[in-house]
Amino acid sequence: MCTVCGCGEGETRIEGEGHAHSHVHADGTVHTHAHEHADEHAHAHDDAPLGVHSHTHRHADGTEHSHAHGHDGEHAHSHDHDAGHQHQHAIGGDLDYGAGPAGAHVPGLSQARMVQIEQDILAKNNGYAAQNRARFDERGIFALNLVSSPGSGKTTLLVKTIELLKERVAICVVEGDQQTSNDAERIRATGVPALQINTGKGCHLDGHMVGHAIGRLQPAEESLFLIENVGNLVCPAAFDLGEHHKVAILSVTEGEDKPLKYPDMFRAADVMLLNKCDLLPYLEFDADLAEANARQVNPNLTVFRVSATRGEGMSAWVDWITAGLEAQRGKRSESVEVLKRRVAELERQLAAK
Amino acid sequence: MHEMSLAEGVLQLVEETAQREGAQRVKLVVLEIGRLSSVEPEALRFCFEAVTHGSIARGAALEIVEVPGSGWCMPCAATVPMTESFGACPQCGSYQVQPTGGTEMRVKEIEIE
Repeated sequence: MCTVCGCGEGETRIEGEGHAHSHVHADGTVHTHAHEHADEHAHAHDDAPLGVHSHTHRHADGTEHSHAHGHDGEHAHSHDHDAGHQHQHAIGGDLDYGAGPAGAHVPGLSQARMVQIEQDILAKNNGYAAQNRARFDERGIFALNLVSSPGSGKTTLLVKTIELLKERVAICVVEGDQQTSNDAERIRATGVPALQINTGKGCHLDGHMVGHAIGRLQPAEESLFLIENVGNLVCPAAFDLGEHHKVAILSVTEGEDKPLKYPDMFRAADVMLLNKCDLLPYLEFDADLAEANARQVNPNLTVFRVSATRGEGMSAWVDWITAGLEAQRGKRSESVEVLKRRVAELERQLAAK
Repeated sequence: MHEMSLAEGVLQLVEETAQREGAQRVKLVVLEIGRLSSVEPEALRFCFEAVTHGSIARGAALEIVEVPGSGWCMPCAATVPMTESFGACPQCGSYQVQPTGGTEMRVKEIEIE
């Protein structure tokens, strides 16, 4: 993708594979061959004489080969630019506005004073999130980020989930809200530590806030870390907190089309909990349609139908969390094993000296 | 969306770069915002003016380069233009379209003196 105008490149992008093309030699023989782009490969397209094209490439056996050829037919050429590869399109008399240091032309401005930044606006947040994720992984902690609109029953669902799991695993909770510590108090009443973050005017939690929360809560090794994000289906989708999965909660008192109205969130989530299912007999809500809408924006979504107040469907959700916890533990003990082997190897080398 | 925090993120990147380059003033900030990034350029413009007040980028012009959306349609096996996130393929109507372009939010370059 061109970064100036957004125009697309070729459709085929197969990493590590070469490209094939055919050309006609002076004696009339047609010759097709493929070559790898890992090799240095220079291509010059001089527009005059019409369509003549010369290039150098290395064959699999190592011989280098340089030749010129004419193009009568169409020549489609698409390749990955990651490979070490130089391309020169020396078309006489062409103007290249993108050749200056800024890589783009801005009328009336001297390019020398432009400074390129080319950084993602969310890079800072993503950096904090990556640190958080590394801290979680190091300690074998399984972290979930619960997102929904206000009033979907997130806190009730958390309280019930904690009650079902707290005998088996250490849990701590981060509560995000604009104001009040009501939710953290509800969580603390279950006996697990909770930290309230008030975002004030902010509409979401960010990686930096969660980093501080980890420092304050000091979650135990191989524990469950639950983050209840600010009730908002828009902004939290864009802010990675370092969690392993986003869990979106949709309640049956909302509209079936919510996943279509707020697709970013349902796309960012790996799991959707359809909550308050005990109310279905009294509502006109079509649960199948809601699920189909959610799968339309995210075909890989795992869906659980639950009622946090009545407990229906909660066991499948709790089983899913338990599997996640086990996977994190497994990953950690694997990396501990690798480190142990490395220590043993280094000690052996040291002893040999 | 969260344009205020995005504007603050932009200012942070601009301030870091301006400081590194020993700039006195930032005259222009160029952003690249994809059509599928759920950022409202007008709201971002408004927030940018608010957060740059009193900073090195005070009064800087803001240029927003809008990048058109595109996606890879699985049934068509082709790149197709997209006007909305998670919309249907304009060729076959399928929703199996993976956004491939137009999701970016980047600070591209700045002009300093």
